[in-house]
Amino acid sequence: MLSKRLIACLDVRDGKLAKSVKFVDTKDIGDPVSKAREYYEDGLDELVFYDITASSDKRRIMLDVVEAVAAQVFIPLSVGGGVRTVQDATDLRLAGAEKINVNSAAVERPALIAECADAIGNQNIVLSMDIRRVQSNAQCPSGYEIVIHGGRTPKGIDALAWALEGERLGAGELVVNSIDADGTREGYSIELTRLIADAVRIPVIASGGAGLPEHLAQVLTEGHADAALVASMVHYGDYTVSGLKRDLAGRGIKMRMSW
Amino acid sequence: MIVIIDYDAGNLRSVQRACAEVGLAATISGDAAVVARADRIIFPGVGAAASAMRSLRAKGLDDVLRAAIAAGTPMLGICLGLQISLTHSEEGDTTTLGLIPGRVVRFRLDDPKLKIPHMGWNAVTVTRPHPVLAGIRHGDEFYFVHAYYPAPADDRLVLAQTEYEGTFACALGNRNYVATQFHPEKSGRVGLDLIARFAKWDGIWSGQPC
Repeated sequence: MLSKRLIACLDVRDGKLAKSVKFVDTKDIGDPVSKAREYYEDGLDELVFYDITASSDKRRIMLDVVEAVAAQVFIPLSVGGGVRTVQDATDLRLAGAEKINVNSAAVERPALIAECADAIGNQNIVLSMDIRRVQSNAQCPSGYEIVIHGGRTPKGIDALAWALEGERLGAGELVVNSIDADGTREGYSIELTRLIADAVRIPVIASGGAGLPEHLAQVLTEGHADAALVASMVHYGDYTVSGLKRDLAGRGIKMRMSW
Repeated sequence: MIVIIDYDAGNLRSVQRACAEVGLAATISGDAAVVARADRIIFPGVGAAASAMRSLRAKGLDDVLRAAIAAGTPMLGICLGLQISLTHSEEGDTTTLGLIPGRVVRFRLDDPKLKIPHMGWNAVTVTRPHPVLAGIRHGDEFYFVHAYYPAPADDRLVLAQTEYEGTFACALGNRNYVATQFHPEKSGRVGLDLIARFAKWDGIWSGQPC
């Protein structure tokens, strides 16, 4: 059977590694290429690069980063941040990205998902969703709302409905990122992850809030996630990729344990 | 010279990069004359069977591949490359190359929790010894992304299996041709090792050819 996946996310700004805390203030934490190689050699299952570069004139830097990482890392490489057109997606693919994440631009123009799916294949298009808890209301009956622009702009769109729409439009995978949990290290939003994972037939990657190994275990079991995404847990050296995988395997979760 | 066949079916540079990582210079080419001169051939690909076959035929590569197989040139098929090597694919009801007798069929799964495509890391169990698969240990996992799987006409062509509800053939061999449903170029060290072994393989396999 398929193993659950451990995915590390590297936020990149102007070609340097950064880690967001609740989507504000980012700290530079090093060179993305050497970090990527380190995680790869330590048994990482998949790598995500998120380009948080503010100015569009510096986007070319990201293509160079992807190109450099792809030459050194031989696991699936997923890239997102600022993908607005099919051309953006195909440029990143050519640079070496396997999967392309769309987020804000897809919320503003959902056809982008279908266009990218046509151009690069459903399995390679990942819909990344930033989601916050709200009072259940007519617009957001699930009690979860889509937020875009790095967590700054609430859209009044129901997160569950958007997940289903993304699947219908051809997304091959979903990233469920809880803005409330992001950066807290207090655990993933289990309820949110399960709500979406149970509703769709495509894989769900849980994101935001990981601080302890049991958080990963919980979201991969109770949360019904197919993959758990981590960032600060491994970036600051509190945990290693292989240590986390050993811990999860020790709890009976099927992980890839030889590499 | 190793040639990676370019027939407009996906990004082939990941295969080229993986070759470079194990010290192999590989050329990407869709030129039938170049492919015909290759010492060994890698036949990758992602995408749909029908458009891949159209593109292969348009470039005259279908005949070149058949000639290479007949000439004993070692060849490695990957993912869609494997799938269009069989006789027929259910995907778009497509007649494919017929380098390996058999069909390609879509997963039909009873468990609603199992997802299609089969995407992620899964164990590969070698069921028939082959020089290119020789280093794979029990429990080694490879990266898969596919909604269809090969069902060769003869079980003796199956080199390895993977479980996804049932078992399916994830590696096939016939004479000087070996093919994997998984992506060795995205499977970390175990995948790179497979590519390195392919690069040293003389194209001879003691198993039963068809």
